[in-house]
Amino acid sequence: MSAKDYLRQSFFPHMWCPGCGHGIVMGNMLRAIEGLGLEKNEVVVVSGIGCSSRMPGYLDFHTMHTLHGRALAFAMGVKMGRPELTVIVPMGDGDAAAIGGNHFIHAARRNIDLTAIIMNNRIYGMTGGQFSPMTPFGEMGTTAPYGSIDHAFDLVELAKGAGASFVARTTAYHVKEMTDIISKAITHKGFSMVEVMSQCPTYYGRKNKLGSAVDMLKRFKDDTAPIGSKKKEQYPDMIERGIFKEEDAPEYSASYQALVERQQS
Amino acid sequence: MESNIRFIQGNEAIVEGAIYAGVQFYAGYPITPSTEMAEILSEKLPRIGGTFIQMEDEISSMCAIIGASLTGLKVMTATSGPGFSLMQEAIGYAVMAEVPSVVVNVQRGGPSTGLPTSVAQGDVMQARWGIHGDHSIIALTASSLKDAFLMTVEAFNLAETFRTPVILLFDEVVAHMREKVEIPQPGEIEVVGRLHTSVPEGTDYHPYLTREDGRLPMSDFGGVHRYNVTGLVHNMWGFPSTDPKVSYDLLHHLVDKLENRADNIANYKEYFIEDADIVLISYGSSARSALQMVEERRKRGIKVGLLELQTLWPFPAKTVREKCEGCSHVLVVEMNMGQICQEVKKAVSRPEKVYLANRFDGIFISHTDILRTLNMIQGKGV
Repeated sequence: MSAKDYLRQSFFPHMWCPGCGHGIVMGNMLRAIEGLGLEKNEVVVVSGIGCSSRMPGYLDFHTMHTLHGRALAFAMGVKMGRPELTVIVPMGDGDAAAIGGNHFIHAARRNIDLTAIIMNNRIYGMTGGQFSPMTPFGEMGTTAPYGSIDHAFDLVELAKGAGASFVARTTAYHVKEMTDIISKAITHKGFSMVEVMSQCPTYYGRKNKLGSAVDMLKRFKDDTAPIGSKKKEQYPDMIERGIFKEEDAPEYSASYQALVERQQS
Repeated sequence: MESNIRFIQGNEAIVEGAIYAGVQFYAGYPITPSTEMAEILSEKLPRIGGTFIQMEDEISSMCAIIGASLTGLKVMTATSGPGFSLMQEAIGYAVMAEVPSVVVNVQRGGPSTGLPTSVAQGDVMQARWGIHGDHSIIALTASSLKDAFLMTVEAFNLAETFRTPVILLFDEVVAHMREKVEIPQPGEIEVVGRLHTSVPEGTDYHPYLTREDGRLPMSDFGGVHRYNVTGLVHNMWGFPSTDPKVSYDLLHHLVDKLENRADNIANYKEYFIEDADIVLISYGSSARSALQMVEERRKRGIKVGLLELQTLWPFPAKTVREKCEGCSHVLVVEMNMGQICQEVKKAVSRPEKVYLANRFDGIFISHTDILRTLNMIQGKGV
């Protein structure tokens, strides 16, 4: 098996813009699945709405493209219906943190065994570049022509605070690190949140004069540092990458199964 | 066989119907006057190996049951007006993706938070048109607890048969009253199971390819067929398409599969219709008062009859027209400002003979309320 064996190649070409980071995330997610040796029939991929949410259609798993923000709620039904399946939920930052913010914190709170991969490109790409809850203060979007006065979430802190038991951040530049983190997130029993900083050269990059896709990827390299690294110590403004939290905690579907067994015995 | 006669509340009768029909998964959010269903199912479902989850809102509740249905389970949720509003987005998804699911809406006074503990039947049109876009939907109701049980079983059967969400549109009076119900023995009433595809592993399975009899066999997530489900307009593979022909055919399929069968799948009851000069049309708890008035008038020799609708959507227009053909007046009895009355006017050959007896103030409509309108029709004054 190679990553491309997991693709529904008849449904290509994909709809992502040249230079988009989402394809890199999809490729690394597939490499992680391949590395774990998962069978196609064991995997369900559930998404919401947005550029990143088009991913499931291209994948040869059980796939579901649902409503904006609601992917985790649908995924919760799938996981509780068939707890033995591996359920992966690719999301965008608007999808996960704005319209789906409530579902996100509650899925994390329950610690249900879902792997949420949040592709954070800091913009609503599909609707043409409006600012999102991940657009930093002062940055531009088509609905923030004078700079956004909203403050961005820190997805890592949000997920940790809400009770997710696996929390990590990586970028579309750090591909080997990404594969490794996604692999650990899938294996982890409990709610896993992986934030992948992804580039949108078409809108976010253009609106904020960040250059080409390559320039944006280079920024991910230059502006981020591994957790607790010397680079981070030296430059405290660096965005940290790596696994922030990985702990054993009661998993929701297992807790429910135990409850059923107690009632039936 | 031992008889199973119980004295229970309406919400409990609905739960009993759901369990009889084989419900395996419930997701919901507390709301008056439907909460008892969640409470009872939280106790019962784990005991029968089913799943009960309480979600963060009604939006996620509807989403969760759709996800669970795709793994092959029989699913339901229950709510009331405000929660039903929140569910509309995902009900639309279930219509588009053709996912069997049952949604109970115990109506209360509205709009908005309205009258949480008072009776109303104001969600009839929301059940029909709450979601955006052209579509059809099934909505059932009942006036007694025995019928609430039977309609709940019917809802699950229709959901599986037509791969569609089915709305159970009860009202506060039916949900909260207590009545004697005989729970049928297993096998006494037909229970329709999930229709699975016979396509073997390794052969292409098309989730949206209609069989000759109009049905679409399913394959469970986690099974041997992998396919895509989307709320976008899609082809027979479940893959998004913007081809006008695909779009045209899909919308026709979604509407025709129910509307073309409206009068075949309609459930209704009739009392003294045959020689009736005045036909009352009612449904839900209003039909109880309507029947009481009809029986009283009959004792005085007045030729009134009652058509009690149990299937509200798709509207059984042909049935209504036929039943009203010979009468001089039609009196629609409902607890809203005339939502079914408008449908009746569209269905009958002479709409000017259709009158409305209604209440929408949170007070249960009584037989004397109806009598007042009847007297007016008969020229007796009010």
